Amino acid sequence: MSFPWAKHYKPTHPLMVYLDEKLPLPRFVYNAVGGGFPVPRNLNYAWNFGVLAGFCLVLQIVTGVILAMHYAANQLVAFDSVEHIMRDVNWGWMLRYAHANGASAFFVVVYIHIFRGFFYASYKPPREMIWLLGVVIFLLMMATAFMGYVLPWGQMSFWGAKVITGLFSAIPLVGEPLQQWLLGGFAPDNAALNRFFSLHFLLPFVIAAVIILHIWALHIPGSSNPTGVEVKSESDTVPFHPYYTAKDGFGLGVFLVLYCTFLFFFPNALGHPDNYIAANPMSTPAHIVPEWYFWPFYAILRAFTADFLFFPAKLMGVLAMFSAILVWFFLPWLDTSPVRSGHYRPLFRKFYWLLVIDVLVLGYCGGSPAETKYVLISQIAATYYFLHFLVILPIVSSIEKPEPLPFSITQAVLGTDEAVAA
Amino acid sequence: MVRIFGPLVGLFFAAALLWSFGVGVVQQIREPDPSTAAKDFHLDPKEDVKFTFDGPFGTFNNRQLQRGFQVYKEVCNNCHSLKQIAFRNLADLGYTPAEVKAIAKDWATKAKTFDVKTGDAGERPNIPSDHIPPVYYAGTGNPPDLSLITKARHGGANYVYSLLTGYTDQPAALLKKYPDSKTPDGLYYNPYFANLNIAMPPPLTTDGQVTYSDGTKATVGQMAKDVAAFLTWTAEPKMEKRKQTGWAVVLFLIAATSLAYLAKRNIWADVH
Amino acid sequence: MTDLLKADGATVASSEIHGEGVRRRDFINIAAVSFAGVGGIAVLVPLISQMSASADVLAESSTEVDISAIAPGQAIKTMFRKQPVFVRNLTPVEIAEADAVNPATLRDPATLEQRTKPNKTNWLITMGVCTHLGCVPLGAGPGEVKGEYGGYFCPCHGSVYDTAARIRKGPAPKNLEVPPYEFSSDTVVKIG
Repeated sequence: MSFPWAKHYKPTHPLMVYLDEKLPLPRFVYNAVGGGFPVPRNLNYAWNFGVLAGFCLVLQIVTGVILAMHYAANQLVAFDSVEHIMRDVNWGWMLRYAHANGASAFFVVVYIHIFRGFFYASYKPPREMIWLLGVVIFLLMMATAFMGYVLPWGQMSFWGAKVITGLFSAIPLVGEPLQQWLLGGFAPDNAALNRFFSLHFLLPFVIAAVIILHIWALHIPGSSNPTGVEVKSESDTVPFHPYYTAKDGFGLGVFLVLYCTFLFFFPNALGHPDNYIAANPMSTPAHIVPEWYFWPFYAILRAFTADFLFFPAKLMGVLAMFSAILVWFFLPWLDTSPVRSGHYRPLFRKFYWLLVIDVLVLGYCGGSPAETKYVLISQIAATYYFLHFLVILPIVSSIEKPEPLPFSITQAVLGTDEAVAA
Repeated sequence: MVRIFGPLVGLFFAAALLWSFGVGVVQQIREPDPSTAAKDFHLDPKEDVKFTFDGPFGTFNNRQLQRGFQVYKEVCNNCHSLKQIAFRNLADLGYTPAEVKAIAKDWATKAKTFDVKTGDAGERPNIPSDHIPPVYYAGTGNPPDLSLITKARHGGANYVYSLLTGYTDQPAALLKKYPDSKTPDGLYYNPYFANLNIAMPPPLTTDGQVTYSDGTKATVGQMAKDVAAFLTWTAEPKMEKRKQTGWAVVLFLIAATSLAYLAKRNIWADVH
Repeated sequence: MTDLLKADGATVASSEIHGEGVRRRDFINIAAVSFAGVGGIAVLVPLISQMSASADVLAESSTEVDISAIAPGQAIKTMFRKQPVFVRNLTPVEIAEADAVNPATLRDPATLEQRTKPNKTNWLITMGVCTHLGCVPLGAGPGEVKGEYGGYFCPCHGSVYDTAARIRKGPAPKNLEVPPYEFSSDTVVKIG
């Protein structure tokens, strides 16, 4: 893998020479994120978000493991044990806010990472495996986040668990037994809370494993870049270290400033007040919504209000909600344009921005009360969502006339490339 | 395959959605969503009341918190628990250890004990490490625990203040428009409460209901504000530490990020 | 460290900048990495201190014990800081046994008087935690083995304590610890 001009690891210190012989870990790191990994020289700041996502995972695992030292997964004490963390544990308030807001930060970063992939068509061959693994990571993240939100055992936790497991009851024949199996009972209780805790602890490590595959797959073709033109010569690349370590370091700093501003000054802005009320199986909150990062998909779920042909509305909503993500798996084969980057695809670009607005509208509707006007808007928005990926993209990629591409990355950056002259 | 089935699936979902949309629009035209009294007359929490802890520099005022604690103790505690708070936490409000001990010892509801050998239930005076004993309420309604109330309601302290000072007679306009929405017996009209009719009788009714030892005049507004401030502290005793830490962290990060930017420019200087 | 920080050998050399410039650039790079290091270390503070005892644990209450029902020669177990405390009413014989020992010959020299309150030398109040590895010694409960010195005997590793709860035999290094306590009245002891 990697390019022929990639630099080779040459340890100088005898200790490192010894280590390289016995356990070539430094060599591995050098080739993965060090001077031995040539990266296109023209990556913009949209390419920072992969590293940031990795940072978020580490942040969540570190704070999560610590919270697990103080949290008690039992429906009698779970809520109080979270308050114990907030009040009595040294720095507990900070660690818990860091974890709760860390989940939001993780999703912000990953959504930007995904939409960068949409715009620059990073999913296209030869990178389709990276993309597929990425969608798997996203699905795992959603499962992890959902189960984590149940743990504080507040009102939203409880009713979220009930409603989301209720999705499975829409499946014909096996739905009801399946929901009961998922919860280990008729309603969320100790059995559900304990298994969610266990899985919430386990899944991040599964995510970490899939991320390793994601990065491994990335190292075979190397990073995509804003022109979408593949790397041709050494002048198209710079070594990851120090160039992108420095750029990612700066990006991480900006991210941390924003994240810490939320953590320390608006720690509950992204949460829901109802989750500060202990779970009460006898009373549903007036306005039940999931966390903000599920809103677009929640809007799609709610958009199906009438039975269609032989399909009950409930089943359609559930199918559509899962399909909304599953459709990403097929993107590499739906978008067949020979050109990758949205910079050179005028028609694609327009629809891309329409999709961005569409998802924001869906998100807004998903977070709003289930009133008719929001449902009607989300029905139109969800229609566009499915048409965009499944109908518009294939058509656009066949009828569109792309703009001329630069010869190489070097030419795109410097205006000239010696290779062109030659 | 994908290019054949993809569009079919897409059109199927689109058709189902547009069908739902059509049905929804027809329903909406035939019988629009009825308006309700709560939709028309519910008010958002008052914005005009300011607290010392507002904003990123805000801090608690201990004298206000002590007054608020007094209101809680003498008024709210008749029905509402405060179970996340231990007596020892009151030291944060500026009480000395001896005062905390005295407050705990003199608390009207005693700590429950249970002798595991004899099976006898009993009581003993509270000590600082005890949490404030729960209050059991048998009447109409379910008085919520107040420990986290300002975090558990939109508007926080402003909501508590608005609710406590917001009791009023049911507007004539409401009864005219929604004759069926008369406040039921045993409930009280309060436009700041989600469904307008709250089971809690007005708790703060007269000026001077509580006698403040620091000489502050105990108007209804003052008492409501003080107890709202106190309940903000009970919801997040670590708020001041959070903001202080936040300033140190964010300023440090801004400095570090500026340096990181300069370093990045250094390193990239020759490539651009 | 500076090797890593320099863009890379080739880049710095090719830039043909003066020594001054190089030093300033290096300085900024080093400063940036140092800031990151300081930040990383600062983050360790909460990550480590979260494991130490939380506020509710530190606010452990004092324990009041009614000792009126303890006859001479008897003992009770009670709790202080989530650990057992032995309250023992020594008989005159036991007091005499304890006083008969020359403290200088002991592993952890102390007299019974030093380990009890004045005029209350019959009230021996100690933690019920063996100073070896923390087991609960026998001897306070009715019918339990008191060991060859008539005090306490730790079954885990065979430490033997005398009637003043001083270590006499076995691996434990110290006498059973005397917690802070005072007599609220003749019949009530407040531990802590």
